[in-house]
Amino acid sequence: MTQAQPLPFGTPPAPGFADAVTRSQQVFRAALQALAHPGSLQPLDGGCGVPPGLSPGMTAMLLALADVDAPVWLPPGVDDAVRQFLRFHCGCPLVDEPSRARFAAVPAGHEAPALDRCHPGDPAYPDTSTTLLLEVESLDDGAAVTLAGPGIATQRPLRVAGLPADFWAQWRANHRIFPLGVDVFLVQGNRLCGLPRTVLAEG
Amino acid sequence: MQTTSPSSAADAARRAAWMRVLALAEPQALARAVQALGPLPAHHTLRPPESGMAMVRARSGGTGAQFNLGELSVTRCAVTLDGGTMGVGYVPGRERGHAEQAAVLDALLQHDEWHDRIQAEVIAPLARAHAERASHRARVAAQTQVEFFTMVRGED
Repeated sequence: MTQAQPLPFGTPPAPGFADAVTRSQQVFRAALQALAHPGSLQPLDGGCGVPPGLSPGMTAMLLALADVDAPVWLPPGVDDAVRQFLRFHCGCPLVDEPSRARFAAVPAGHEAPALDRCHPGDPAYPDTSTTLLLEVESLDDGAAVTLAGPGIATQRPLRVAGLPADFWAQWRANHRIFPLGVDVFLVQGNRLCGLPRTVLAEG
Repeated sequence: MQTTSPSSAADAARRAAWMRVLALAEPQALARAVQALGPLPAHHTLRPPESGMAMVRARSGGTGAQFNLGELSVTRCAVTLDGGTMGVGYVPGRERGHAEQAAVLDALLQHDEWHDRIQAEVIAPLARAHAERASHRARVAAQTQVEFFTMVRGED
């Protein structure tokens, strides 16, 4: 029984949630709050290992949301460790087209897919649309927009840096096809901002 | 993902062999063997032990069409050692401790300094015990075997 050690079984993925039930419920709650109050910033207390290339918030969101029934799309060029991490902890299928994914996750430094490349949902089941998770540079500075719509009493300002150049133009087109459309989560570090398809953005 | 070169396929087969012994071992026997090893290196839990079900599929006669035989409860666990080695345990039943010990030993078996000792002190005795159990069961079953003889009728 002599052999060259250690055996070539690859490097292990980063650990997931230490307390999977509690943590994923907390993250899910933060995601619900973020969609109920569009433009507000929700804290995401990760408590999980982070694979190279993802932020703690993005990792927590994927751990809480992705599972075997929720295919995930990642941009080409994302570190293989991220794919291994998701396969190990979430068991989610990884798909090649954002339109086939329930969650499209775009880590920092990768190009986001155009909103019309994502699945807008089916008229009978608008909830089957793709949800886009976008990692942005900052949720404190950058071009200001004014949000309005359900969940916002009058208006709410939002400053985001690091969005695709024509994001807000795409967003207006996305809003016009209501009740279809894509919902977006903006993630930065440990913070989360929700943009449901009902939100009107001006500015 | 790793490539399937001949050597890694052989490594995978060797690993599958010891994982099989760890999974088929009696949980108490495995726990005693682990205790007898003395202090083990620290490990971190990558996936805490969790129970689920796996569908066992079979072929009638070993060659017929595949059918679902039934579901088996399975407990799985994954740990890492400080050196970055991952150990995985998949065991039948719902013994969380069994799955964790199988995972820790799987990780240690991938290390030179532990491999030979664990093979000799844990894997070999457990494999022997399993073989004895299997042959005992086979002997008991063999006693109930009934031979049917068909009398040939003199048809002319």
